[in-house]
Amino acid sequence: MFELGGYTPIIIAAMKNTLLVGVSAMVLAVVFGLLGSWAKVAEKFWVRWLANTYTTVVRGVPELILLLLFYYGFPQLVQDLAESMGYELLIDINPFLAGTLTIGFIYGAFCTEVFRGAFASIPAGQAEAANALGMSDFLIFRRILLPQAMYFALPGLGNVWMVLVKATALISIIQLDEIMRMAKIAANATREPFTAYLLASLLFLGITAVSMIGQHFLEKRAAKAGEH
Amino acid sequence: MSMEMIAEYGARLLDGFWVTIGITSLSVLIGLMLAIPVALMRLSDYKVLKWPSYAFIFYFRGTPILVQLFLVYYGSGQFRVELTELGLWQYFRGAYFCAVFTLTLNTCAYTAEIFRGAIKSVPIGVIEAGRACGMSGILLYRRVILPQALRIAWPAYGNEIIFLMQASSLVSIITLLDLTGVARRIISETFAVYEVYILVALLYLIITYILAFIFKRIERYLQRHNKALS
Repeated sequence: MFELGGYTPIIIAAMKNTLLVGVSAMVLAVVFGLLGSWAKVAEKFWVRWLANTYTTVVRGVPELILLLLFYYGFPQLVQDLAESMGYELLIDINPFLAGTLTIGFIYGAFCTEVFRGAFASIPAGQAEAANALGMSDFLIFRRILLPQAMYFALPGLGNVWMVLVKATALISIIQLDEIMRMAKIAANATREPFTAYLLASLLFLGITAVSMIGQHFLEKRAAKAGEH
Repeated sequence: MSMEMIAEYGARLLDGFWVTIGITSLSVLIGLMLAIPVALMRLSDYKVLKWPSYAFIFYFRGTPILVQLFLVYYGSGQFRVELTELGLWQYFRGAYFCAVFTLTLNTCAYTAEIFRGAIKSVPIGVIEAGRACGMSGILLYRRVILPQALRIAWPAYGNEIIFLMQASSLVSIITLLDLTGVARRIISETFAVYEVYILVALLYLIITYILAFIFKRIERYLQRHNKALS
């Protein structure tokens, strides 16, 4: 079905890059999400303001604009600033880095909301009890809050991952060799664009399907762990 | 960016804004009309109705919109001869048609899934009461189930429309001059990269929150019987 003049294995191999960007961006998004959810309930006013601005702006602007802004706009801005100070500078961002950072940054905003809800569902008495036992703030976070928040956050994080993986298709426009870009190259070379993009879409569908099964399995395990 | 530049390119950005709004509204309207039958098919007991709708929803929710867009816009070229014979090529050669076609199918799948959940969560007692009053089939759906389902689905559906509006920025990649497309065109002429992108990002932000505000008002209207929420 997918002959594509020998391009099929190349497109399938490009899945590795899609998953690599996806997983790295997801790790980054979780870190941003934890920081963001902490900042949303911080005591300092400006920290809360920063976190709220982050989630408001990121969720209100299309991913494509943010990606273009980061990949093309940011280097230009730095170069212009350097030039105005009398330096000659040429910045070239690595597409993998730009893609991972942008997607991680965007989905960090969604993770922030997920974690905020998760931390809010842990009864306040638990942290107080741990405090009474003499645990430091960090220890309370590591031993009491984080494990439970992760359990509450699991369904939400699974949904973020599913949307995030699909968003990685966007970074093909900044020339990273993932599924979409390879499908495009194959489409142009073989003149069979439908076959090439159908294959690409089925690969994404495969990732989504496996993720759904994985999410189901993880949630069942977490539910079991929660019983004890 | 200077004031003169904003004045000079403002008109073009406004054109782009209307393209964005046009594509989004068309897709949302047609998508909604298609989504209700698809959701009902998905809930049907008959496998011939259930499975095609399940596969449709699974495919469009499980693949990136960008791939779907390329599949329709570039992919249709592979079937040019067949499409010409059917008299459809004149539509599929145009980027605007392909954009609306793809976004419609995409939002249809997401909307059908939202409505499926909403229809299922209409309390059974309400449906039984409707039956007891002698309503059947279509009348029951039209007067009892669908209005209640709309109320339940509304917050999620509002988010879907906002997501679709943002996703419509992807049509700039298939050469359309929506808000993003105009921005990219202006940048290629002026090299004012970050100024234009930041301006356009702000415009999207404003559209998003205006839409969110409107949907919130409609939600309040739909929930007007519920004093605790309004």
